Amino acid sequence: MFSEYTESLFIMAGINIILGFSFYFPRSAGMFSMAQGGFMAIGAFISAALTVKLGMPFYPALLIGGIVAGIVGVIAGFPALRIKGVYLLLLTLGISEVIRIFFLNFSYTGGVAGLGGIQLHTNLWNVYFTVAILVYFFHRLAPTRMGRAIAAIGEDEEAAEMMGIDLTVTKLQVFGISAAMSGLAGGFYAHYSLYITSDNFGVAKSLEILLPVLMGGTEVFWGAILGSFVTTFVPEWLRFIQPYRMMIFGFIIVVMMILRPQGLVDRSLVSSIGLRLRSIRLLWFPRPAP
Amino acid sequence: MLLQQLINGIMLGSTYSLVAIGYTLIFGVLNVLHFAHGEVYMIGAFVGLEFALLTKMNILVTIIVAMCATGLLGVMIERGVIRLIKREYPLAPLSATIGLSVIFQEGITKIFGADTIGFPDTFQAQSFQFGDVSVDSTQVTILLVSFFLMATLTLFVKKTKSGKAIRAVAENPVTAQLLGVNIDRVTMLTFAISSALAGAAGVLVGLAYNAISPFMGIRMALLSFAIMLLGGLGNITGAMFGGLILGIVEVLSTVYFSSTYRDAFTFGTMIVILIFRPAGLFGTKLQKGR
Repeated sequence: MFSEYTESLFIMAGINIILGFSFYFPRSAGMFSMAQGGFMAIGAFISAALTVKLGMPFYPALLIGGIVAGIVGVIAGFPALRIKGVYLLLLTLGISEVIRIFFLNFSYTGGVAGLGGIQLHTNLWNVYFTVAILVYFFHRLAPTRMGRAIAAIGEDEEAAEMMGIDLTVTKLQVFGISAAMSGLAGGFYAHYSLYITSDNFGVAKSLEILLPVLMGGTEVFWGAILGSFVTTFVPEWLRFIQPYRMMIFGFIIVVMMILRPQGLVDRSLVSSIGLRLRSIRLLWFPRPAP
Repeated sequence: MLLQQLINGIMLGSTYSLVAIGYTLIFGVLNVLHFAHGEVYMIGAFVGLEFALLTKMNILVTIIVAMCATGLLGVMIERGVIRLIKREYPLAPLSATIGLSVIFQEGITKIFGADTIGFPDTFQAQSFQFGDVSVDSTQVTILLVSFFLMATLTLFVKKTKSGKAIRAVAENPVTAQLLGVNIDRVTMLTFAISSALAGAAGVLVGLAYNAISPFMGIRMALLSFAIMLLGGLGNITGAMFGGLILGIVEVLSTVYFSSTYRDAFTFGTMIVILIFRPAGLFGTKLQKGR
């Protein structure tokens, strides 16, 4: 369908979207997590170890990687219940680094040398199928009890607790699910890059995950999608100025944060697009008068 | 043996303190995590190196030149980026400074190459022997310079009018402004001082390890976060002692355990402190929304 190069860009963008979702989700409950790079490492190393060392098929391995990352996410979520804001950011940053250092020293998955010999299993279809499932998940979650609870916590934690929302359960669920998303993305990443070392993950990766989401906007999940495409493709379009492209990319981020600090897509943009779509639909398919 | 390692740890820790003080000052005044501060430290090291290579001046002049350069850079960052970003979006300054660190890292890599380089041999090291402990002149320089800078800073913040203004803004910006403190001026001064300290630390670390690279800033940034927490956010004295403690912990864990685990100790300490004593070892009051 595409050239190999374009396809690889789309796959990277897709993995970035999943990672972006995994950052957006706790963010929507008011939790700023930098641990995603660490959870991603868990998913990547476990799924890769299962396919390479134990010869397991790809999809079960991917799922197990995601589930283990989710479980670690719930465990890591316990300390995160008590603190917020900058403290939470720094705590998750520490968790991320500790996980990375664990894999740096864990000899079964290669230790310092990293894990190689992974087979290529990631393609456009399974990545974007996952993205579609997650979009459907976010779409269906919003009007449910849990979705509303998350939104309420994101708006005002104390008020939400007053209304009888169980902060502990909801926050742990959110943390676990988002960690599982990172784990899935890690599994896809491992079976696409075919060779992983602990240096690929950790805080540096968390920052890489952060940029697309902050660029796209954290108010709605569309922000993560648009941001991932922008941050994957813009540096490639800047290839003609090859040596300076990352610098220009950094410059774009700085300028954008000055001009549009809420990110490219915000709630008002989504609702205005939604209104317009609805009015177009009504124009072409007018509802019969009751 | 232990005494020798303690001295090494204090030497290393004092440079950490210099960078962490900058973080904590900026966080105290602006409530912003300045990710690019690690890059300012890295640039200080490179400016110092270039100056030493070109002019063959002695080490004190080199440090002063590097401090002036990074101080200026800090003012430019504040005026050119941080001040232009609206305050209502707590994530925007964070992502803008991530963008800045991309720019700085890439820029320095373009100019100097990605390899690790050493300082020239003009700073001849003499060794002094005290019983079992050997100290060379480089170590003495590092200790003297960093403790001199810390003492000066403490005096400045405690005694002078500008220093009191900085503390007032850190305590409560609104009240400080009502009392006639010029917040813009204080913010700029804070950035200048913090960046100058980071520049000095860059030269000192370059001198101690005789190895500087464009990527040395990230690890320092992460360590400084840990130190900032250890000492309590916004607490200058806390940052000084926190840096020394982490330096000693790092050296001792490298000697008695394994060097690949040294950062795990650092971040493990940070996580434990966040869980059990989020105000830091030296205690600052926790503020809502931070």
